[in-house]
Amino acid sequence: MSGSRKRSARGGLRGWGGVAGMAAACAVTAAVTLLPLAHHSDGAAGAMAPGGGAVTAADQARAEECTEPEASLPPSSADGPGVEKIKQRGKLIAGVDQNSFRWGYRNPEARELEGFDIDLVRAIAKDVLGDPDAVIFRAIPTNQRIAALENDRVDVVVRTMTINCKRLEQVSFSTAYFQAGQQVLAPKGSTITGYDASLKGKRVCSAEGSTAYEALEKKSFGALYKDDFDGTARDPDLLTVPNQLDCLVRLQLGEVDAVVTDNALAAGQAAQDPAVELKGKAPFTTEYYGVATKKGADDLVARVNKVLVDYRAGGDNSPWMTSYRKWLAAGLPGIAGPPAPKYRGD
Amino acid sequence: MTHPPSGGTRTPRTPDPVSAPAGVPAQRRTTWSGQAERLRAVATTEPGRLQIIGAVLALLVVAFGAVTTLEISSRASSADDVVSRSQPLSADAADIYRFLADADTTAASGFLAGAQEPEAVGRQYRKDIEEAARLLVKASGSTEADSASSREIATLNKLLPVYTGLIERARANNRQGLPLGGAYLRYANQKMTGEMLPAAERLYAAETGRLETDSADARQWPLLSLGAGVLVLGALVWMQRRTYRRTNRVLNHGLLAATAAASVVVLWLAVGHTVARAELRSAMAHGQASLEVLNDARINSLKARANENLTLVARGAVLTPDGSADQYEADYTTGMKALRDRLEKAGRLADDESGKAPVLAATEAVTAWQARHREARATDDRGDYDGALEQIIGSEGSTGQSFQRVDAALEEALAHEQGEFGSAAKGARGALRGLPTGAAALAVLGAAAVIVGVNRRLSEYR
Repeated sequence: MSGSRKRSARGGLRGWGGVAGMAAACAVTAAVTLLPLAHHSDGAAGAMAPGGGAVTAADQARAEECTEPEASLPPSSADGPGVEKIKQRGKLIAGVDQNSFRWGYRNPEARELEGFDIDLVRAIAKDVLGDPDAVIFRAIPTNQRIAALENDRVDVVVRTMTINCKRLEQVSFSTAYFQAGQQVLAPKGSTITGYDASLKGKRVCSAEGSTAYEALEKKSFGALYKDDFDGTARDPDLLTVPNQLDCLVRLQLGEVDAVVTDNALAAGQAAQDPAVELKGKAPFTTEYYGVATKKGADDLVARVNKVLVDYRAGGDNSPWMTSYRKWLAAGLPGIAGPPAPKYRGD
Repeated sequence: MTHPPSGGTRTPRTPDPVSAPAGVPAQRRTTWSGQAERLRAVATTEPGRLQIIGAVLALLVVAFGAVTTLEISSRASSADDVVSRSQPLSADAADIYRFLADADTTAASGFLAGAQEPEAVGRQYRKDIEEAARLLVKASGSTEADSASSREIATLNKLLPVYTGLIERARANNRQGLPLGGAYLRYANQKMTGEMLPAAERLYAAETGRLETDSADARQWPLLSLGAGVLVLGALVWMQRRTYRRTNRVLNHGLLAATAAASVVVLWLAVGHTVARAELRSAMAHGQASLEVLNDARINSLKARANENLTLVARGAVLTPDGSADQYEADYTTGMKALRDRLEKAGRLADDESGKAPVLAATEAVTAWQARHREARATDDRGDYDGALEQIIGSEGSTGQSFQRVDAALEEALAHEQGEFGSAAKGARGALRGLPTGAAALAVLGAAAVIVGVNRRLSEYR
């Protein structure tokens, strides 16, 4: 049954692939003629475009096997039904988080959403509609990210959303705009040195059902990470909590010794508590965040990918680096630049 | 009272059963048989019989008075306990429960208002905490150590500073604009709803249980006194009948007075206790039953309001275990359902217009609240968080105002039912007032009258 569904999806994509291919070709033409040369400094768009329609269509089929989920459609600024709808409305509707400090967060002072994700949404609005403020932000909880796209409640989801094969069956993703991974967060003076033997006998907090929890289940180094009565009414919510930020509460209260979470979110935690820091040199997993759209909205994906090309371009002064320095560098230092985009057929 | 000389006359036809056993020591035998013989000798003459009957009757009347005084004193003290001890304690426990729930609701409202929480909200929160702490001290003073109540009080005393500590951390972080504040607030709410409110609820249940025990004790029929009364009246009637038969005289003033005194006590006892029972039953059925339902309604409205606020604080960060819905929104819905259910019950229990009116007002306010809540949710779902915030905590047409109306109406209803309970229970206590002393005095009078009456008959033999 899943085989037949896959086949029909592939057929559908093959048709769209042709359109996307032509869109990509148009994008190059438009880019070369309309945009400043600086935007092509990393060469991604230029190198990608000559691939042409036929190659893209074949690659679509291979992408369906999902060996490299973060490979996306080539960038293009051609209008399709997805982009057209936004232009007619005059507003981009973006599903964002308002709880993730430094990513998507409602500043209670300014009463405005702000953060790395929010900057990217504004860049997309500026490119498509010419106005970075032509955005309707919809705060959506984690479990509603996919449903909000499927029900057309939002055009795009920019919400620290990890690209993976399972989600690709339901939505489409842009190229990766951030590389993240699981990492250990602990007080600066702690003897914990990272995701290693130093966790032995320590109380480690993670969010319920998170990647971090799964990692601990696979390998815990002797750490305590499971609550008694987990998942029942008597669940004390001590070592596994509803939200990753709850772990910082438990850490500050001395109820746990360390937190395992996504380093990007951990950066938000570290930014709120100067007494904690990320432990270990690098994350022990690799994940990529992407902009999600409704499945099959290929013109919009290609358009976002084009925005991302521009966003990454400019080296140290690129919009990406500017936003990174503004929001993330304090908690997540040492990142030299954005992850390189991967396109299907690379 | 001196024995007439005829008492010494022996009756040969009665055998002496006491002197029969041979093994009894001689000395004892003579004492026992001597007394029995004397009594038997006295009983053979009419004056002697009269003396014995008079003594027994007087003793019966005194005993009746004593039993009544003791039994009704215990009923009256139970009724007094209901009015002046157990009901206030139950009401205090309900207040502890409510102040804690209100503190949690107020803290969440203040949090939503932003870094600078409105002064009135801060004052309200402080008052809630202070009152809860004061009442906990008061409650522990009137609770026996190692009882269920004292364990709950200890739990609450331990958790209250933990809770306020978490709220202060939430405030400090919120003031700096850090989302960590929201996480602290949710943790504080978890402590409150998961540990403190259940303990407060158990304390309330224990204190209410004590009230019910006291009330049942006071309502118990004084069967011993009533039985003694019937016995005494029967004996007095029998004696008067006997006198009438022997003398053909209808009235013996002394015995008549004694009968009157005993009848007054029996009547007073029956009527007084029946009234007290009825008043206490009405206090429990109308006052206390309504109070319990209304308190429950108020707690549910407070919990629903706290969850409504927390939905905006958490912004979808906490989901139901199956991941399909927002946890706080789901809890709000449960709370409102319980609130409606309790209000319906309270409406049925309210027995007069002034009791029904506030319940009706509360029900209407709940309907408005739910309608406004749906609008606010729709606004939030559209992505207009600030608009939703205004609809929840704003000063015009917000759900917060609906909640305030519900709370005010419930407060009025509670005050009314508290009044009903108080006047009925005080009536019960009043119905028994004077009965113990009255019964004792009348019994002494009755006994004296018996002696006077019998002596009057005796004098006829001299």
